[in-house]
Amino acid sequence: MVINFKNFLLKYISLIGLLTLCIIIALISPRFLTVSNILNVLTQVSVNAILAIGMSFVILTGGIDLSVGSVLAITGAVLATFAKTGGNILPGVIAAIMLGAAIGLVNGLLVSKGKVQAFIVTLATMTIFRGVTYVYTGGNPISGLGNNISFIGNSSIFGVPLPIFFIIIVLLIAWYALNQTRFGRYIYALGGNEDSARLSGISTNRIKSLVYVISGVTAAIAGIIVTSRIGSASPNAGVGFELDAIAAVVLGGTSLAGGEGKVTGTIIGALIIGVLNNGLNLMGVSPFYQAIVKGLVILLAVLLDKKEK
Amino acid sequence: MVDISKSFFGVKALENINIQAYAGKVLALLGENGAGKSTLMKILSGIYKKDTGKVLIRGEEVNIGGIKAAEDLGITIIHQELSLLPNMTVYENIFLGNEKTSGFGKLNKAEMKRQSADLLQKIGCSVEPDTIVERISVGEMQLIEIIKAVSKHSKIIIMDEPTTALTDVETEKLFAVIEKLKSEGIAIIYISHRLDEIFRICDDVTVLRDGKLIGSAKVSDVTKDQLITMMVGRELEEQFPYRKEETGKAVLKVENLCWKDKVKNVSFEVKGGEIVGLSGLMGSGRTETAKIIFGEHKKTSGNIFVDGEKVDINSPKDAIKYGLAYLSEDRKKEGLVLGMSVGENMTLSNLKNLEQAAFRLNKKEENKLVSEYIKKLSIKTTGSGQKIKHLSGGNQQKVIIAKWIMLSPKVLIVDEPTKGIDVGAKKEIYDVLNELKKTGKAIILISSDMPEIVGISDRVIVMHEGIVTGELNREDANQENIMKFAVGIENKEI
Repeated sequence: MVINFKNFLLKYISLIGLLTLCIIIALISPRFLTVSNILNVLTQVSVNAILAIGMSFVILTGGIDLSVGSVLAITGAVLATFAKTGGNILPGVIAAIMLGAAIGLVNGLLVSKGKVQAFIVTLATMTIFRGVTYVYTGGNPISGLGNNISFIGNSSIFGVPLPIFFIIIVLLIAWYALNQTRFGRYIYALGGNEDSARLSGISTNRIKSLVYVISGVTAAIAGIIVTSRIGSASPNAGVGFELDAIAAVVLGGTSLAGGEGKVTGTIIGALIIGVLNNGLNLMGVSPFYQAIVKGLVILLAVLLDKKEK
Repeated sequence: MVDISKSFFGVKALENINIQAYAGKVLALLGENGAGKSTLMKILSGIYKKDTGKVLIRGEEVNIGGIKAAEDLGITIIHQELSLLPNMTVYENIFLGNEKTSGFGKLNKAEMKRQSADLLQKIGCSVEPDTIVERISVGEMQLIEIIKAVSKHSKIIIMDEPTTALTDVETEKLFAVIEKLKSEGIAIIYISHRLDEIFRICDDVTVLRDGKLIGSAKVSDVTKDQLITMMVGRELEEQFPYRKEETGKAVLKVENLCWKDKVKNVSFEVKGGEIVGLSGLMGSGRTETAKIIFGEHKKTSGNIFVDGEKVDINSPKDAIKYGLAYLSEDRKKEGLVLGMSVGENMTLSNLKNLEQAAFRLNKKEENKLVSEYIKKLSIKTTGSGQKIKHLSGGNQQKVIIAKWIMLSPKVLIVDEPTKGIDVGAKKEIYDVLNELKKTGKAIILISSDMPEIVGISDRVIVMHEGIVTGELNREDANQENIMKFAVGIENKEI
């Protein structure tokens, strides 16, 4: 029984962490547990959660994608260009997602066929596409977008903001892909042991390329949400977002070495970061201290995880 | 060590074990995988803590609190997987954690090199102290590990299967070193599955089985058969079961295979219903040949035919498509995904056949298939969901074999299939190979274990430095004949 209880704690450590955090914040600030605040937290979490889900695929293979923040910016800018014309925004959405996928493919091919370390490849593309965004926008935000784009980020269905539905859809697809399909199994195998995976007949290069494409697509979706919510595309959008996404994945218990982790954990990781931000705001803690607290929580979570294992 | 017991999560791994090692003598510790040898040695070397019992050194009870404490007591363990740092030099490795310094913490490299050279010479190893470790052979690495132990003034050295990766020549060298260590009054605990070695160099032997002490004896008082019986708890009527089968046409044929300078113009064929042994010393190009055939190495030239048709293999995926399967010599690095379960490992190459609508895997069918093979190969596991890293070596190997035979390949290449596996499981693996042979599969057996090659092959092909130097029929295939070709003294086909 004692062993079972320990296993239970171990398995749900990040969920328990999230609930504990919620309880503490609720006790300090009564405003936390109101419907409007919870919906607000979830909406704010949506961008990081979606980025982190894509990031999970990459990290599960033992890679990393630092370029997501820049992909978010350039895809947002492309969408804004389309939106400015005032017509149907579907072509803009498709163009943004295609561009995200294309950049992901470049990352993926460089990592798999080019055999360059993922950290280096995506550090380079992060810099390159930030630069491309500056060139493309001329350094100024693209604003004055038509009203027809605003619904993506700002409308609600039955009182629930649309971005929350996006999280759910992306999560469901990711969960299905990772747990119910051959592709998912190959990702875990590749992250667990690349040589064994290849010698088992898996096209490891193809799988590796695909996870970066996925990360590029989720970055584009995040770019669409950000642009729509703010109503403009800033060339500085998404700076540093890759780190929050990585933090969410790690907080969710996924190993940076690859092969181990769950996408449901990633969502919990993203929620921990979101709840923490919201709680600290509600308590009126200065943003300077917020950064310190966030960093400490990440360290604490990883240390706990290590100890349990 | 007196009355040592240890449990993991309520499961008894060791029960009241007593062993005695004497200065200047070699104690063989024998037992199948999972018998508790490693656990016992990990307690002695401070990696695990014992539950009960005492450890006495020279009659005095000692408390081994951790690895450092064990080292201070003069206990060193040389693991099966060597722990040298490949990108550092020999002398840096020898003095790792034990560096000699002069004033201001500056490393005294000259002194360390000089002492290393002394130690190397004493042990009869011709490596230069500033050679980078990745450039030396596995045998030499083993000797460096021993030097490391000696340089720490160890009184008790534990060697865990030191010869698995060594050639015969290197093994001889190791034995000479062990003799020397004995004469210096060092107590050695020697773990090995190779019984011949026990009789060659050990003085005493202790056998464990299922965490219990089965018996201790002087090596001179026991026979090989007695030891095997003690280890497995039953008589092994026949260690190498062999049956001749009706052979069919050539299923696999290779012609003038070349790869870099490692494999030169290798040609041979394997018929359905036969086991062809591929023998040779380390570095002879056996494994490389297998990897070319399996698409892991891109051949520089040559042709591969399956069922008489020329095939173009560029990756393991292609090879599997043409009905080839390859069991790697390195189970952990190239066979298993340690973080995955028994079932997930077993079906990894076979998932395409388990796919249904919407790319969904049929997990019910998968579990059924896995259970079937667990039963068929009598794999000892709590079930499909158990993490494979918790299985013993023999059972892990059976899972990988199951993975391949599940695909019903035409050709099965097995590379050191019984490396580091206990006697009982070895026999079971031979039975599986024979069973496959009976169903008309073509099997290539690569092995450094000569009795194994001689014991179950229908034909033996011998390689030396990338060239096929000879081919022997079962009648002529004995260890001497194979060795002549393997060292390149005789050469039948150039």
